[in-house]
Amino acid sequence: MSFELETATNRESLRRVAIDPVSRVEGHGKVTLLLDEAGHVKEARLHIVEFRGFEKFIQGRPYWEVPVMVQRLCGICPVSHHLAAAKALDPVVGAVPITATAEKIRRLMHYGQILQSHALHFFHLSSPDLLFGFESPVQQRNIVGVAGAYPEVARQGVLLRKFGQEVIRITAGKRVHGTGAVPGGVNKSLTPAERDELLQDADQMIQWSRDAVHLARRLHETNGSLYDEFGLFRSHIFSLVRADGAMDLYDGHLRLRDARGQIVRDDLACDDYENFIREEVKSWSYMKFPYITELGPGRGWYKVGPLARVQNCDFIPSTLAEIERQAFIAHGDGEPIHAPLAYHWARMIEMLHAAEVIRSLLDDPDILSDKRMAEGPRGREGVGIIEAPRGTLIHHYRVGDDDLVSYCNLIVSTTHNNQAMNEAVRQVARRYLDGRQLTEGLLNHIEVAIRAFDPCLSCATHALGKMPLAVELLDAEGKLLDHASSGG
Amino acid sequence: MTLVVFAVGNPSRGDDALGPLLMAGLEARAQTGVVLISDFQLQIEHALDLDGCELALFIDAGTGTPAPFEFRETAPAPGRPVSSHSLPPEAVLNVFADIRGVPPPPAFVLCVRGEDFGLGKDLSAAARQHFDAAAARLAACLTRPDAAYWRRLAEADRRVVTT
Repeated sequence: MSFELETATNRESLRRVAIDPVSRVEGHGKVTLLLDEAGHVKEARLHIVEFRGFEKFIQGRPYWEVPVMVQRLCGICPVSHHLAAAKALDPVVGAVPITATAEKIRRLMHYGQILQSHALHFFHLSSPDLLFGFESPVQQRNIVGVAGAYPEVARQGVLLRKFGQEVIRITAGKRVHGTGAVPGGVNKSLTPAERDELLQDADQMIQWSRDAVHLARRLHETNGSLYDEFGLFRSHIFSLVRADGAMDLYDGHLRLRDARGQIVRDDLACDDYENFIREEVKSWSYMKFPYITELGPGRGWYKVGPLARVQNCDFIPSTLAEIERQAFIAHGDGEPIHAPLAYHWARMIEMLHAAEVIRSLLDDPDILSDKRMAEGPRGREGVGIIEAPRGTLIHHYRVGDDDLVSYCNLIVSTTHNNQAMNEAVRQVARRYLDGRQLTEGLLNHIEVAIRAFDPCLSCATHALGKMPLAVELLDAEGKLLDHASSGG
Repeated sequence: MTLVVFAVGNPSRGDDALGPLLMAGLEARAQTGVVLISDFQLQIEHALDLDGCELALFIDAGTGTPAPFEFRETAPAPGRPVSSHSLPPEAVLNVFADIRGVPPPPAFVLCVRGEDFGLGKDLSAAARQHFDAAAARLAACLTRPDAAYWRRLAEADRRVVTT
């Protein structure tokens, strides 16, 4: 299956512009644009240049190691992998269901992860573009620039992220590489002192999160024509929802809505995901392209993450976030909002929800209980699906009689958004780059579109001296015309 | 004197484990007055870990950086970081200055050169040699956590490189 602008007809004669790697996204990515002699975009692709190989890495390991090991997939959302793996392996130890304490501790950990990741993304990944403009001086367009011009916003962003990290540290045992969730439950509950430590700041986090929603909403509404149209494409939306249709980022069933907002598939059991999701392989990318099997790759692709979740659920089960969700839905005037920049507004609504959930859980006596583990008849297979900050995350394992993992399949959030991100890149390339002189500000438009999805493109390696931003301009014969780089 | 040591790297990514491995040695020694923080990468909240500290050390693997290691003093710099997902030490120091309104403590970088960052790989042979040299430097630093002494070490290194 090939989409418009995915593959040019006369690629050899086209000028090539590479943004390599995309800056301010996790891992390594590359965008290539093929331009004809007149400067018109003829091909636009987001490449994922690094192959993880993590599924093979897991095979042959004892199953109980997996929830800790998979955290090394990502330095930004290790908790999501930790919890998805633990959920998938609960049936292997017969823990169906896990105890109330275990589920609430895991939820606390997960919503701490959502809060800290969303705070990082909005305040420190995207706010430079949103507050200063996509073509503002590149020297200003970074978190340090935000701190200088908007010190209170920067301070709140730092402290929101810090609070989320503290929730993780207390529930998982460590800020990174935690071991809190294990197959069958959790290995620690909270002490009253730990609960009280978090309670001290919980209400402040709700207030700051609410302020952040209002900032994102104000930015969107103030720049409505830009925000509503930038990189716009329409697609299905896909996520977990709770049995009653509420937003639930930890558990539930899967739901698919079409581009008009109609529910087309509902009550899809997580264990059956293989029956309705397939992945298409394309020769030019290491990342697969998932789609709904019965709709096919041409019609069945979808987007995941905050923009999908806020609109796929029927309501958000926390008071303040639900008020904000209703305002968001009203902005769509009866139609789903598909604009990539609306991810930021939706993401802040989720951050507020996470802050409210954390506050609520801290009042629950179950988080102090010692009833941490459950067990039952052993199983040999499990699927764990969770809504990670970036979208639906699927872990699937089979375990042999020797307790070693014999099969592992991971569909990570960013993979679900692969086609969606490519579409956003093509829309922006067509609208902003076609036939114009290329500038750093214009190229940043492409990156702004990608960043809206908060992609995580590879597991974390961030050595000093690595990851410069390099832009190469080549003519039709492949001769280097211009070169620029920054950072590193 | 309170010293905070940040070690950065992914233990599952070959030579990216240099930072965490050096940190493991420090954790085994559990030296009083030394705060140890290990993470995949530096982030904005690490600025808050500088609170109350009089000296800071950032340990990380490097690629294309001097071998076996580079030890240098660093300072806040707004710079233009390519990735906010991974701030350089200079940006962390700058975030501290912006949100706290006071200068950060003296800070040094121990950048140990790595060669192979492949998934699931062990340290490369070259990185093992670099590790040993860096561990010796780290031990020397920890015997005297004092900015003036560290500056002399860094200056001595610089003279060796330039001669």
